[in-house]
Amino acid sequence: MYDAPKVILGIIVFLLLFTSPLWINIFGGQTSVKPNIQLPKDANECVYPTEYMKNYHMDLLNDWRDKVVRDNQRFLLKNGNFVDFRGKKMEMSLSHTCMKCHNNKSQFCDQCHNYLSVNPYCWDCHVAPKEGMK
Amino acid sequence: MGLFFSIVAFFIVALIGYLGYFSPMIFGVVIPYLALAIFLLGIVVRIIKWAKSPVPFRITTTAGQQKTMPWIRRNRFDNPSNAWETIVRMLLEILFFRSLFRNTKASIKDGKKLVYGSEKWLWLFAILFHWSFLIIVLRHFRFFSQPTPNFVSLLQSIDGFFQVGVPIIYITNVAIVVALTYLFLRRVINQKIKYISLSSDYFPLLLIFGIAITGILMRYFFKVDLVQIKELAVGILSFNPVIPEALHPLFSLHLFLVSVLLIYFPMSKLVHMPGIFFSPTRNLANDNREKRHINPWNNEFKMHYHTYEEYEDEFREVMKNVNLPLEKEEK
Amino acid sequence: MAFKIKPEELASEINHKPPKVNWIDNPVEFRKGTYNHAAVPDSIEYINQPYPRKWQPYEEDWKLPQDWQKIVMEGLRERINKFRSLKLFMDICVRCGACADKCHFFLGSGDPKNMPVLRAELLRSVYRRDFTLAGKLMGKMVGARELTFPVLKEWFYYFYQCTQCRRCSVFCPYGIDTAEITFIAREIMNLIGVNIDWVMTPVKNSHRTGNHLGIQPHGVLDSIEFAIDDLEERTGIRVEVPLNKKGAEILFVTPSADYFGEPHYFTLLGYFALFHEIGLDYTMSTYASEGGNFGSFVSHELMKVLNAKIYAEAKRLKVKWIIGGECGHMWRVLHQYMDTLNGPADFLEVPVSPITGTRFENAKSTKMIHIAEFTADLIRNNKIKLDPSRNDHWRATYHDSCNPSRGMGLLEEPRYIIKNVMNHFTEMPDNTIREQTFCCGSGAGLGTEENFEMRLRGGFPRANAVDFVHKQNDVNLLLCMCAIDKATLPPLLEYWVPGVEVAGVHEMVGNALIMKGENDRSTDLRGNPTIKKEEI
Repeated sequence: MYDAPKVILGIIVFLLLFTSPLWINIFGGQTSVKPNIQLPKDANECVYPTEYMKNYHMDLLNDWRDKVVRDNQRFLLKNGNFVDFRGKKMEMSLSHTCMKCHNNKSQFCDQCHNYLSVNPYCWDCHVAPKEGMK
Repeated sequence: MGLFFSIVAFFIVALIGYLGYFSPMIFGVVIPYLALAIFLLGIVVRIIKWAKSPVPFRITTTAGQQKTMPWIRRNRFDNPSNAWETIVRMLLEILFFRSLFRNTKASIKDGKKLVYGSEKWLWLFAILFHWSFLIIVLRHFRFFSQPTPNFVSLLQSIDGFFQVGVPIIYITNVAIVVALTYLFLRRVINQKIKYISLSSDYFPLLLIFGIAITGILMRYFFKVDLVQIKELAVGILSFNPVIPEALHPLFSLHLFLVSVLLIYFPMSKLVHMPGIFFSPTRNLANDNREKRHINPWNNEFKMHYHTYEEYEDEFREVMKNVNLPLEKEEK
Repeated sequence: MAFKIKPEELASEINHKPPKVNWIDNPVEFRKGTYNHAAVPDSIEYINQPYPRKWQPYEEDWKLPQDWQKIVMEGLRERINKFRSLKLFMDICVRCGACADKCHFFLGSGDPKNMPVLRAELLRSVYRRDFTLAGKLMGKMVGARELTFPVLKEWFYYFYQCTQCRRCSVFCPYGIDTAEITFIAREIMNLIGVNIDWVMTPVKNSHRTGNHLGIQPHGVLDSIEFAIDDLEERTGIRVEVPLNKKGAEILFVTPSADYFGEPHYFTLLGYFALFHEIGLDYTMSTYASEGGNFGSFVSHELMKVLNAKIYAEAKRLKVKWIIGGECGHMWRVLHQYMDTLNGPADFLEVPVSPITGTRFENAKSTKMIHIAEFTADLIRNNKIKLDPSRNDHWRATYHDSCNPSRGMGLLEEPRYIIKNVMNHFTEMPDNTIREQTFCCGSGAGLGTEENFEMRLRGGFPRANAVDFVHKQNDVNLLLCMCAIDKATLPPLLEYWVPGVEVAGVHEMVGNALIMKGENDRSTDLRGNPTIKKEEI
């Protein structure tokens, strides 16, 4: 092989760069860290089924935000009727509806969001419920 | 024909990938491992193959004024004369596609005039494509590694600068699709480019297009369980794979296309990625007359040059007649 | 010239649209006027190259050796292992097409196989079949093909339709250099005796007599004496030109066309006038009487043996360093190959101009500088007196020759000289000069009569740019610093741009040079009357 020092250096840099996730995982010591969601203890029903909420909650919240903020419609309508949720008209509100049950942001929202580096801008405007108030 | 062949090949690959959800183990773990191994090993082997051939001559392509006398302004980075200038030239080439930026378009006007126009589209879309691809790969570190490196958040916030849509639309996602579309259509529509294109030119474009589209579909339209996907990825990338219970068909397709790309990479023209670093017309300084370049097989030339003695032996008579100086007088 | 087609017709029939049929299925046709004749056996024999025989490219039977395919493939394998450039360039092309319309032969002929990318594919397709996995498995599907006689014909036709000018290499995002591919392809073809006479016979001549034209020592002397007489007639000064003189400070080597060729010869007069005026202690050599190197058009080995004479002669004559004259490919060889092939030149000294004291650090290893570097330095240091008005009958533009621009970077030195020795100078359009300069269309051994149509086509982009400044700025002189340019641009311009002549830069230097004891200088070095001051 010619120009061996440069070539070997190049190969090492290539391998290091392209396998870097490996080293982060192995030496980061955090591969076992996984989202650990604490579900509300006193509620067993969400506005939509869990599977749907898991993947599409951001679409839902976005939709709510538009309806409330832009159309001045506070409560969810279905075929012209208010939708009932736990005995009341369902309010399209992150703070008043979602966070009523999921009242611990760090134990719920942040678990997956941090795991997947998702930085939603909900909290640019909303105030998260104080934790440890239980 | 090349176009047809590569479209058929792409759809076969895509179909296999889509059906991958039948076997989470093979498509979720075995093939990705195989692909990674082939990619890494393949590139290293390719590099070593190149390095096994020497660079016998320093054949820099000079694209600017050389270094001679100090009062002549030289073009350091298009005609580098030392190591650091050469490094800058290489960086300009690799990061900004310096040579492609020069591109012109020649056409004939009035039946006899050649005119040259600036032609930056290829450069623009090529650079859009490559940078988008790089940033997208780097953004994927949020799936690859735990903890996620800090640069990911930074990239995400820059890439999602416009804060449009939910999830936020990334500039690179749009850019890569637009760029790939341009690069593909160019090969199909531009007669000259179509004429020189082989199936191996269409195929990787289709492959990467497929990867980009499936990724976008998963992000915005058919959402998949990302926690599960990250667990799979981190498992693989820490040699502790967990075979997933199920694969979403779209994810299986995405992952399989990526695997095929990784396998295809080292045995195709895509090796231009490591290759550019080896290009002797770019990575050598134009200091030929200042520093001697050594050719390791220079002594293998068998033919001997015609010496002055042989020359004088042949022409001594005539040289003597016209009083040219001689080494040896006539016997 | 026996060429019948009118320029307008030739230009208007150029069509850059590729044909319907795939290039791989489109065999080459040897059309008269577009290829060169095969080398005569005598020349091949003299320089001990393989398979000397009588044959011509248009004949059905090339009388190739029985196992020619094997020889070629072995030759290819050997070179892939010897040249990283070749191996890399075979692997990394993405066929982006940036090079396509950069080639003067493509621009002038519209033949798609003159796009550099396809020229390289001619070789790459064969490489792919034998040296890559995909090619072995999938063959034609991935653009791989077997080396057959039609393929060899294509190689011969198109690798001798490339002037190794490297213009495409400037635009290639990976720096793929077609000159390198062409060079090696020709070298491989030479292994089975497939080569052209206009390359091989000059090589033989240069090997034997020291110059391409085959001028023997007394012939060189004759021509130099003739030049001395002419110079005296035109300047009133009789100069001395030492030949084969031992102990001179500098060896001066120039392309042999300068001794006879027109307009080269007037540049030679310019050199002699300049060297005399500054009192340079130099010598020329009959043995190393050639700066050019046609070996570099066919094989690295032949390039080496021809080039070796320069250092050998410098050593024998015990000079301190070397100046090289105006030439194109000669400077590619001197700049990028000589030191590697025939160095180290440890018996020479770092060039220091005896007139200005400038030390040419940029040539401290090779110990050879370009005459333009030398002269620019003289002018910069006010060591010569110049009267640029003596060139007022010329309105000039400058043609960068391929090799010094893209294989060296000699761009400003000639311009600096020109601007100091002439009053009327105009640049051609930006895309046709400096590193983007267009070839004359006849370089790398293609400047033959039988190839005349292809030369006119290849030279079309250059001529077109000259035509532009001819019409816009009344340019009537194309300056250049290349012996092949000087030989082939005049017929090219006569065809495309009548009314523009060709000259070397040092002819202009000679015209403008004020010499001690000179006559009234009522004519230039060509014998043309100069414009008197009063007339202006």
